[in-house]
Amino acid sequence: MEATVEAPVVEPYMGPRGIWGWLTTVDHKRIGLLYGVSALVFFVIGGIEALLIRLQLAGPDLEVLSAEAYNQLFTMHGLTMVFLVIMPIAAAFTNYFLPIMLGARDVAFPRLNAFSYWLFLGSGIFIYSSFFLGGAPDGAWVGYAPLSTQLVEVVRIDFWIIGLQLLGIASIVSSANFIATAFTMRAPGMSMLRMPVFAWMALVVAFLLIFSIPAVSIGLFQMFLDRNLGTLFYAAEAGGDPLLWQHLFWIFGHPEVYVLILPAMGIVSEILPVFSRKPLFGYPFIVFSGAAIGFVGFGVWSHHMFTSGMGPVAEAGFGIATMVIAVPTGVKIFNWLGTVWGGRVRLQAPMLYSLAFIAMFVIGGLSGVTHAIIPADTQQHDTYYVVAHFHYVLFGGAVFGYVAGVYYWFPKWTGKMLSEGIGKLQFWLMLVGFNLTFGPMHILGLNGMPRRTYRYGEGLGWDFWNLMATTGAFLIAFSVLIFIYNIVKSRRSGIPAGDDPWDGRTLEWTISSPPPVHNFDEVPVVRSLDDFWHRKYSEDEDGRPVVIAEIEEGMGADGGEEVQIENIHMPSPSYYPVLTSAGLVCAGFGFAYLGLGGWIVVGTGILIAMWGFFGWSLEPVTREH
Amino acid sequence: MTTAPTPENVLTDHHDGDHHDGDHHDVHPIRKTAMWVFLGSECVFFGAMIATFFLYRTEFGDGPTAEEIFNIPFTSASSFVLLMSSLTMVLAHNAFDHKDLRKARVWLAATALLGATFLSGQIFEFVEFVHEGLTVHSSPFGSAFYMLTSFHGAHVLIGVILLATMFVLSLSGRLYADRGLNIELVGLYWHFVDIVWIVIFTIVYLLQV
Repeated sequence: MEATVEAPVVEPYMGPRGIWGWLTTVDHKRIGLLYGVSALVFFVIGGIEALLIRLQLAGPDLEVLSAEAYNQLFTMHGLTMVFLVIMPIAAAFTNYFLPIMLGARDVAFPRLNAFSYWLFLGSGIFIYSSFFLGGAPDGAWVGYAPLSTQLVEVVRIDFWIIGLQLLGIASIVSSANFIATAFTMRAPGMSMLRMPVFAWMALVVAFLLIFSIPAVSIGLFQMFLDRNLGTLFYAAEAGGDPLLWQHLFWIFGHPEVYVLILPAMGIVSEILPVFSRKPLFGYPFIVFSGAAIGFVGFGVWSHHMFTSGMGPVAEAGFGIATMVIAVPTGVKIFNWLGTVWGGRVRLQAPMLYSLAFIAMFVIGGLSGVTHAIIPADTQQHDTYYVVAHFHYVLFGGAVFGYVAGVYYWFPKWTGKMLSEGIGKLQFWLMLVGFNLTFGPMHILGLNGMPRRTYRYGEGLGWDFWNLMATTGAFLIAFSVLIFIYNIVKSRRSGIPAGDDPWDGRTLEWTISSPPPVHNFDEVPVVRSLDDFWHRKYSEDEDGRPVVIAEIEEGMGADGGEEVQIENIHMPSPSYYPVLTSAGLVCAGFGFAYLGLGGWIVVGTGILIAMWGFFGWSLEPVTREH
Repeated sequence: MTTAPTPENVLTDHHDGDHHDGDHHDVHPIRKTAMWVFLGSECVFFGAMIATFFLYRTEFGDGPTAEEIFNIPFTSASSFVLLMSSLTMVLAHNAFDHKDLRKARVWLAATALLGATFLSGQIFEFVEFVHEGLTVHSSPFGSAFYMLTSFHGAHVLIGVILLATMFVLSLSGRLYADRGLNIELVGLYWHFVDIVWIVIFTIVYLLQV
């Protein structure tokens, strides 16, 4: 093969630079970065809320916060971390890497993608604006009826309802987009079972969201109507059933848990083979286990409701389903261990975080299975044991996985390496701080400390462990500060990364760092799983990788099928997505204040959204300039 | 959908994201895939409301019962109107595929009008029911009934607006198969809204009396 064929790429019109450029961008990579930075900002805000909660609980009978402020803070902490941090950071990775891993130049619908991002950001700002408009939502992130349907004159619960509703729209739209991308945009030869595990998990997550969000949306509609129009969906005194809310919420809420963790599992499944220099052990098992988790995830929601009196048959059924879902999860754990086993392991920051992910997730998973045992669950219901459990899976699991992803892919985003030394320090601080915070909560919960209670009395035996948890929380905060410092510093003066700093296996490492706007000069042709690896290495008799002397460059330029591209048409920037989402958020504000003439604002918002929608449907995708 | 595209059509047909050529709209059904996914999501939207209705179908409280208020012959007639609009939608799509824009325009207008007729029937019905004492406040049955049927009505309204927009576009010949708003996608949506009505009509009306 000769040197790279010079592809006559004409730079397409990519629109203005600066803030207007970011507002109108439809480039999946830029949108991915926007998601990532927004998630990081919300992570800091949600973290500050957590620190305030921990300060209040540091000792018995403290009065750092009022009960009212405490309720708002723990509600907003949960809401922020689930919907404004973990989901968008997963969306950041998916946006950036799903198209590249599949060998595509963008997602299926670039403008719809921008719309999802702006609607997510608008909803986040909308929910947080409630702090300045009379108080934030305070009914916990689950917002159980009838607590949340009372006090209709106080609008803070409406901010929660409408904010979640808007976030739901954003998620459904981006999920449809990702599914269409995975089904129709794959490069030649990239069959479904050659997709990287991360792409698979993104696909499963998209399906989970598509089928779970509508349930909570309808529940939120009903709650909104109960509060604002006097319907009787959750009014027990008139024959309504408040338990209906719990069912609708958890039919969404449990698949949501897998929405939060599966992309992290995908990331770890990418990192472990690269840093063990071995192929992923049992690729099809990992893929199908992920899909199985997705399916079974729809059949376990009532384990959140074992104390609601559903009767022994329903409880037994959901208890068994909860045990069953541990099986595909366990399969994945063993596959990961098998991947690392016997590999030439490099313990760099992404790998450290991935290994910690496995360990912490196993602890969280095991405490999760204990909830399948109904008598034990009844005892632990609404105690700190549950708080400990879900922080082990969502922080020790999901967040560790995403931080691993940041260390792994930062070089691709910026062309610079994150500092390895600071990274290791940051990792150990995080690991110790995390376990110091959430480990003691198991003990507190088993000793009966209830969740969502703003203070506790002296002499209950909870003082010591609470102080430990608070200390740990500040260690985590310190570690996050170092992490942000590392990002800011390395972006400016990090070591240049090159295209393939980790000796990677997937397509994103075949292109420059940061990638060009059109990703691939030539659409790659894929011949196997881990195609890029097999282009670099063959195997000796013992299965050890041997470098292939002459590395082909230009994946698509392959004997006989040489391809010439006249002109790569990338979609042009558009301001309609941001306009449409601004209209919807405007309508959201109107809905929160229906009693005060909000209809006018709703009408204005919907008109703006329709202007954006029609403008966007009718404008051509690629504009000439 | 899962067959791997060959290099040729990848490079000539869908390398540029959400654009694909109108003449090859079956090769890479990108928009259609997304539309089907969206309709799958819609099934759960309607499913959750139908489940709610099931839960409250006999919670009449002090308000009127289903048997007292439903007027089956009237609703059957308006259901027939809505189902016929699916036929006219198919004819519109067919005419468009045969590049007969004039005929497509006529059938588009017919579909929109049938949809509007169904909507006015629903408004008439709601007014009647309110006069007979069934409101959103009268009972959980009333809340569930109005929410489900008006959510469906809102879908019909959106469909009518889309059809009317396409009719207006067709007047100046700006109806393309390669835009976000195209006849095939609107058709899929419209048929879905009709099919859901069959389910709603059966469960809410026919099984209740």
